[in-house]
Amino acid sequence: MKTEIAIIGGGPAGLAAAVAAREAGVEDILIIERDNELGGILNQCIHNGFGLHTFKEELTGPEYAGRYIEKVKEHKIPYMLHTIVVDIAENKVITVMNKEQGMFQIEAKAVILAMGCRERSRGALNIPGYRPAGVYSAGTAQRYVNMEGRMPGKKVVILGSGDIGLIMARRMTLEGAEVQVVAELMPYSGGLKRNIVQCLDDYDIPLKLSHTVVDIKGKKRVEGVTLAQVDENRRPIPGTEEFYECDTLLLSCGLIPENELSSQMGVDLNPVTSGPVVNESLETSVEGVFACGNVLHVHDLVDYVSGEAKTAGENAAAYVQGTLQKAGAEIPLKGENGVRYTVPCMVDTERMADKQVVRFRVGNVYRDSYLCVYYNDKCMSRAKKKVMAPGEMEQVILLKSKLEEFEGLKSITIRIEQE
Amino acid sequence: MKTKELVCIGCPLGCNLKVEISDEGSMEITGNTCPRGADYAKKELTDPRRIVTSSVRVNGGHLPCVSVKTETDIPKDKIFDCVKALKDVELQAPVKIGQIVAENVAGTGAAVIATKDIYVQ
Repeated sequence: MKTEIAIIGGGPAGLAAAVAAREAGVEDILIIERDNELGGILNQCIHNGFGLHTFKEELTGPEYAGRYIEKVKEHKIPYMLHTIVVDIAENKVITVMNKEQGMFQIEAKAVILAMGCRERSRGALNIPGYRPAGVYSAGTAQRYVNMEGRMPGKKVVILGSGDIGLIMARRMTLEGAEVQVVAELMPYSGGLKRNIVQCLDDYDIPLKLSHTVVDIKGKKRVEGVTLAQVDENRRPIPGTEEFYECDTLLLSCGLIPENELSSQMGVDLNPVTSGPVVNESLETSVEGVFACGNVLHVHDLVDYVSGEAKTAGENAAAYVQGTLQKAGAEIPLKGENGVRYTVPCMVDTERMADKQVVRFRVGNVYRDSYLCVYYNDKCMSRAKKKVMAPGEMEQVILLKSKLEEFEGLKSITIRIEQE
Repeated sequence: MKTKELVCIGCPLGCNLKVEISDEGSMEITGNTCPRGADYAKKELTDPRRIVTSSVRVNGGHLPCVSVKTETDIPKDKIFDCVKALKDVELQAPVKIGQIVAENVAGTGAAVIATKDIYVQ
């Protein structure tokens, strides 16, 4: 089997990339999805707040996905469900597997990586205690409650204040559970401020910053958890332990891009994001392989995922049509002084669009500081920011005209500066 | 005069709003980056409302539940009544996105609509 563009994953990134590639004139596209329907994680995000940028209205997750699924169907873009990719070779031969056809291979000219991310598990958090039933990742609980109509428990403690944890605090409360507390290891929340307000404050659920779970009680089923305050090195402070009786512990402790397939095929990964290193065209270190969405770096907003995926789809289309210039001199982009990473990691001034969006996250909460862009060691812009926090993605825009004007441009640095 | 501080929930920006309420009840709002922030603050302090999302049972569909939302925002103190009322609703597949699932939920005047297609399986 052959295809021009193979898209790995039928979530928001894969769908938007497919639509963009088709609208750019590529006929032969295939979306490969392992779940039994398109839409990815949006199917379980039944809350509203999606689409303000893309559609100028507030949609729920399934509605947002529905808009793109409809476009995919209108364009008659083929997709395979229940089909898992087990390997992508560097020559873009994809080995896939499903129940009907068994194992088979697809030869693609270009590949778009859109596999999304997964949740950090209990094992990765090193929480002591037994391994009883009742410990779930927040996303697993979300799927049970919203899609399968099952409640994971009645008395809940949540560790981690990521957005899914906050959303689930509200959801479990609405469905009759008693959510006692959300504990967060860091001195700031990992989620959006609006979610603290509408998910915790609305329901009087306390948020304990600088707290973590130090013990899980119960052998067969969770009977309770012990929280303790942590010091500035994130170590539990003896004497601050507090026991909470509960039958369920939800974990919302970070998302990790799912890049086993990417690294297997030799795509370079950025250790900070765990996502591929990409250039301005969202092309990875393997020519003709593009990445977008949460597999590239974890987003707060699906609207940004769709925008990014559109770029990846258009560039993959240009690549198979032979109109994407060969990558030339790449100017590296660096994050410094609180800017943890940048996507893309480099720009080719010839290939870049007139306006290049550079997205990144900061490593701490910064108040009344300046976001600065340097060309070589010359400060080109300095924007005052009231507050920047790790839970909210930031961006700067680079103008092609400005980059081209600047003589001897060797590197671009984005950094945070105080007064 | 009273001062209240709020975080706008209109979009992910989450603007910090400052509302100064005069003794006569008029409000002066600062800190919002768009007009939605001012609307939110006024509403939040006089008649707080939320869109409510939940899921209801479906028989014979490709999933046992369909996600739903209130078509308009409803008073905050009716949220639990709304979710409770939806517990008794049971639909038969297929369900179309936008289909009305319940009318005038919990006496709020708002309809509840499906937010996803569920097909027969």
